[in-house]
Formats: sequence, structure tokens, C-alpha cells
Amino acid sequence: MSLISDVETAEPKRRWRWDPGNVAWGVLSFAGGIGLWWLATVAGFSELPSPWTVLTRMIELGIDGQLWGDMYASLRRVLIGFALGAVLAVPVGFLMGWYRIARVIIDPWIQFFRVIPPLAIIPLAIVTLGIDEKPKTFVIFLAAFLSAVVSTYQGVVSVDKTYINAARVLGASDGTIFARVVIPASTPFILVGFRIGLGSAWATVVAAELIAAQSGLGFRMQQAQLYYDLPTIFVSLVAIGILGLLMDRIVVRTEERMTHWQERV
Amino acid sequence: MADPKIAFRNVSKVFGTGADAFTAIRDLTLEIADGEIVTVVGPSGCGKSTAMNMVAGLIPHSSGEVLVDGRPVSGPGPDRGVIFQQYALFPWLTVRENVEFGLKLQGLGRQERRKRAMHYLGLVGLQDFAESYPKTLSGGMKQRCAIARAYAVNPSVLLMDEPFGALDALTRVTLQNQLLDTWSKDRRTVMFITHDVDEAVFIASRVVVLAARPGRLQEIIEVDLPYPRDEEVRLSPEFMEIRNRVWRAVYRRDAQAA
Ligand SMILES: Nc1ncnc2c1ncn2[C@@H]1O[C@H](COP(=O)(O)OP(=O)(O)OP(=O)(O)O)[C@@H](O)[C@H]1O
Ligand SMILES: [Mg+2]
Repeated sequence: MSLISDVETAEPKRRWRWDPGNVAWGVLSFAGGIGLWWLATVAGFSELPSPWTVLTRMIELGIDGQLWGDMYASLRRVLIGFALGAVLAVPVGFLMGWYRIARVIIDPWIQFFRVIPPLAIIPLAIVTLGIDEKPKTFVIFLAAFLSAVVSTYQGVVSVDKTYINAARVLGASDGTIFARVVIPASTPFILVGFRIGLGSAWATVVAAELIAAQSGLGFRMQQAQLYYDLPTIFVSLVAIGILGLLMDRIVVRTEERMTHWQERV
Repeated sequence: MADPKIAFRNVSKVFGTGADAFTAIRDLTLEIADGEIVTVVGPSGCGKSTAMNMVAGLIPHSSGEVLVDGRPVSGPGPDRGVIFQQYALFPWLTVRENVEFGLKLQGLGRQERRKRAMHYLGLVGLQDFAESYPKTLSGGMKQRCAIARAYAVNPSVLLMDEPFGALDALTRVTLQNQLLDTWSKDRRTVMFITHDVDEAVFIASRVVVLAARPGRLQEIIEVDLPYPRDEEVRLSPEFMEIRNRVWRAVYRRDAQAA
């Protein structure tokens, strides 16, 4: 899953294709990893719970409903925070890309907040926003916004000048150029930004729940740690990984659908 | 004589200011008549694209006058169609939508747009690719689509900046013939930039040779070959003779040294 540090190199790239050969290798690789884990626990190298124990706990927690509740709580925070961040990032990114003045005013702030890990904002957010959902949503919003805004902005500034000229000589006004050239031309960048934004939102929610929450996968892990409940920690980790992977795939699919016109090298 | 379609009057273009100032074009005076087809050649960096972009209204000039139809150019407009070397097709639009782009800006209805787009795509032989995206086209097809897009808005001037430069020799010759064919029917004014001396002579009624550093007028060579021109023209001694004159004008220094 992409993290904030990917922003610098973010640009639309050729992506991995979902072909049966790749899937088979992926499955094989996972199976091998779980096999090793199982061997390690059987041989008594560690006190880790075996894959079997974890699976059993997962089923228990699933039947019990607790797992779903935790997943729902975490997912809800991510989606709300991410949606807010993305909705704000697109216009701000466009503004920065299109107007030099907006860029010089906004950019220092973004650069400044980008170097602060979102989690470092939590104490401040809790003090000022209270202990309910607001501080968590805010921190996730911030993480998603910062990742997505940089990408959008880069997309706008890297729109090929010849497209703009081609539109101008056909009689397009600035407004038309913006709507019919700049927006479509930067869509691939924006979607990459969304992908990175969703990744950092997901990374942030779990950490935020470890620090301050009464529900969610991160909160569950933190509770399990108090009781030395390793299987539950594992169940949470696996759930986090699976949800993260699923969300990422959904964005990648959307991206492919919306930018099918792109030349892929 | 009738008013020229395009006129440069003592035009200079300076990029940058102060110590970074660079004179790309100095004191260029040139007239292109209505319905004339003129090619511009010269060494790389002599200001060919700069001169053309000033007519297109994409860059301002520093001094002098750039006139189209006797009026100073103040910005781009659909009366001057431009064909870029890099095709500049919008990759997110289909071939037909690319051609319709300018028509939509003119406020034409859906039916009319489609009809016109298909007409011009037919002229360049791309009607079967109307719903394809540019990424699926070859270089020559892309350029034909760009030509259709420029023609569709019915400009009275066509500005072409090395339009066939990136194409193979055979495609290039085909497109040159097509251009002359269309031109002989509609007699639009054409300003055509090229690196290729043969192409310059084959197409033009006059070849404008620019010199570099600073960009300025070197020579204007009349091409006294009757239209329509067919492939035989390329092999004629008259063609060879004019071609050699242009070549010498472009590579003046080499010619003097020899
Ligand atoms: N935006 C710009 N800023 C500064 N200098 C420029 C700019 N555009 C062009 N020049 C300079 O002006 C000169 C003429 O450029 P121009 O692109 O018109 O050359 P050209 O004759 O079209 O060359 P080529 O045959 O290689 O296309 C070049 O020396 C170039 O470096
Ligand atoms: Mg050029």
C-alpha cells in the first residue's frame, strides 16, 4: 500500500495487469508464507499463534459480530475523512496549478504540514476537537488531503502546453480550456493522488485508533495487547491488510476505466 | 497589388529581458498573398516556429507589425488553423470528438457537428477510425486527424509547423500530394514550415529562407513550376535547379566555403 513518501515520485505509470499467471503466483506466494508461519509455530520458534488459531478466532469474532463492527468503524472513518480530503484537494490543487499566486501562497503551508506526521496532530486535535469522532476524522482528512492535493497540482502544471495551444487556436476561452483540456489531461494524476491519499488515510486511521478510540480495528488491537491476546491482534492485522488491498484495487480499477485513453508504454 | 493575407512589417521578437534577452527574430518583413502557399525553411533555431506562432497569436511580437487581413494579430482565433508537429490531438477524445472540438466551440448542434466531422474525416481517409482513440493511430493517421480538425473550423489561413517532419518518406509524400490537392480546390493561404528542402520546393509557390542568429530574412525564392504538380515534377531538371538554389541559400556558408 502506498504511503505519503510516494508523493514525490507519483505519476501515472503503467500498472500491473490482472492476468491469471500473476494471480497464480500471488496465491502461491501467500500459501508459501502461511506455510512458513505454520512451520515456525509448530517447531516452537516463537509464541506466535498458528494460522489455524488465528483463523478460528477470526471465525469466532465474525460470528460474534465484533469483527464486522470494528471493520465498519474503521472503514467509516477512512471513507469520511478521505472523501472530505479528496473533495477539497481537487479544487485547491487546480487553483495552485492554474494561478501562480495561489501556488506561492498555499504551497508553503502544504509543504510544512506534509512533513508533520498526521499522528503528531492527534494530541492537538483531541484537545481542540474533543474525544469523539471529530479528531480522528480530521486527522484522516488531513492525511488524505495532503497526499491528493500535491498530485492534483502536479497534474495541472504538467498538462502539455501543446494541448492548451491546440485548444486556443480552435477558439477556446480560458474557461473552456480549463474544463475541456486541463481537467481531462490531469485526471490520471488526480486518480494517482486519490490512491496515495486513500493509502495514507488507511495508515492513519489504524494509528489514530491505537491512540484514541473506543472502536475500530486499531482500538481492538490495542485492547488485545492489554490482555496479551495475540490471535485477536493477528485477526485485526489481517483485516486491515485485506480491507486496504481491496480499497486499493477498487481505486486502480476506477483509474483504469477513467483513463483508458492513456498511452501505456 | 491586392492586400496581403499575412504581413510581417519590420517584426522583431526578443525573448527574455535584461542580460537574458535573446533576439529570436530581427526586422522581418514578409508578405503572403491571399491564396498563396508559402514554405519557410532555415537552420534549426532561426525562428521559424516563432514567426508562425506570432501569426497564430500564440506569442506576442516585440516590435513591428504582424497583420492578418490587414488587422493586427491580438490572439489566436479560428480564422487561422494551426497544425503542430507533435499532432497535439487530445488523447482523451476519440478521433471524431477531436474534430468536433472546434465545431462545438462555434456552437454547432450535435447533428451538424457530427456531419461535418465525418465529412472532413472522409477527406483524410479516417472515417473508419472515427470512434478510435488517438493512441491506436499511427503517426501519419494522427497527423491526418489533426489536419481534419484544423480544416473543420474552416480557417482562411493554415499554419503548419513541420507537420510531416516525424513521418516516413512515403507517408510524407502522400500527405504532401493530399495537401496540394485540397489547396488547389479551396485556395486557402498556407504558411508551411519544413526542414526538408525537397518538400519546401514541391509544395510552395515561394520558398522563404531564413538565416539564424539572429533570425532574419535570407532570401525568397520563386518556385516557377505550374500546379498541379505530380510526382514527375520532382524528377524534372527545373525542380532540381530550384531545389539546389534553396539548398545553397540555406547552407550559404558552406556554399561560400566551397
Ligand atoms: N519561449 C522562449 N524563450 C526563450 N527563447 C526561446 C523561446 N522560444 C524560442 N526561443 C529561442 O528562439 C530561437 C528560435 O526558436 P524557434 O523555435 O522559432 O526556432 P525554429 O526555427 O522553429 O527551430 P527548429 O527548426 O529547430 O524548430 C531559438 O534559438 C530558441 O532558443
Ligand atoms: Mg520549430
